[in-house]
Amino acid sequence: MKKTFWISILTFIIAASFTSIARAQQPIPTPSDDQVNYIAHQLYCPVCANTPLDVCPTDACRQWRDLIRQQLAQGSTEDQIKQYFVQQYGARVLAEPPRTGINWLIYILPPIIILAGAFILFRALRLWTKPVSASSFSGSNEDAAKDEYVARLEEELKKRN
Amino acid sequence: MTESTSSTPRRGVPLWVQIVVWVSLLGLLAIVAIELNHSQQGQIGPGDRVNNFSMPLFSGYELNGQSQIQLSNFRGKVVMINFWASWCKPCEQEAPNLEQAWQFYKDDSRVVFIGADYVDTEPEARAYLAKFGITFANGPDLGTRVSQLFRIKGVPETYFIDQQGILQYAQIGPFSSVDEIKSIINPMLK
Repeated sequence: MKKTFWISILTFIIAASFTSIARAQQPIPTPSDDQVNYIAHQLYCPVCANTPLDVCPTDACRQWRDLIRQQLAQGSTEDQIKQYFVQQYGARVLAEPPRTGINWLIYILPPIIILAGAFILFRALRLWTKPVSASSFSGSNEDAAKDEYVARLEEELKKRN
Repeated sequence: MTESTSSTPRRGVPLWVQIVVWVSLLGLLAIVAIELNHSQQGQIGPGDRVNNFSMPLFSGYELNGQSQIQLSNFRGKVVMINFWASWCKPCEQEAPNLEQAWQFYKDDSRVVFIGADYVDTEPEARAYLAKFGITFANGPDLGTRVSQLFRIKGVPETYFIDQQGILQYAQIGPFSSVDEIKSIINPMLK
């Protein structure tokens, strides 16, 4: 009974290890064009100006797309592939510049300018639409009371009445 | 009955905000001006000192067993640096001429040939080197750092640096013969 138990344990361990080996040896399926183009779209051709890698028709870009496919097949992640391209060809290949150094201006300035513009517009609109009160022309009672001339005039009128 | 209105003095933008805005604006303009100036500079020309750079080399294409080169190590020698790429058709035209020229100078310790592979993929670059039987030192221009230093506009471009680190000649486009290359290097050796 004890012998049977140990044989079954041993069989289980061997079977499990074979399964894991078989799983490890399973080839990664060939990446589809969509998978390649998804990453290629985030990269720009370093030779042709302003052309995303997924639509660039040159031989060089075809080579780079093949390279993406090759790296995906080797199990590289999207970030690893992008990092490889930056290392090989410089940060200018990235469609979205990395958030470092002076590149931060690209991300910070537009919202600041939009907010400042909105604030200026808001203030200008408020000034244009605010009704002008009559009192701003006539002055307040308090001011009038302080006015020596008005006080004398009122006194004269009282005397006449 | 009259409406009472409070007459508060009109507040302007605080001085420190004005200073910050103007300084930021001027800073931004300065950055744009510097970048524009940099982008509008042409290639480095004869008479310009070439800044030091380092570059890795492909295995099998090392220079005296070194897999990394530095320009400053070649003081006292004539250095030819050729920018090329496997996808570049005019590069193919000049590749045999460059190799022939290297065969002519390879025993002369006063001359160094370096090939800089510009925005290329390594398997294709190696296939290109093998196809044209290139034997002189070659390596990838990682991150386009070296080509940016020379401010190249395309490939092929070839630069000849003298013994003092001064650029003597820049060839834009391919060489049409090996004699053309010799006619540049020989006067520099005198």
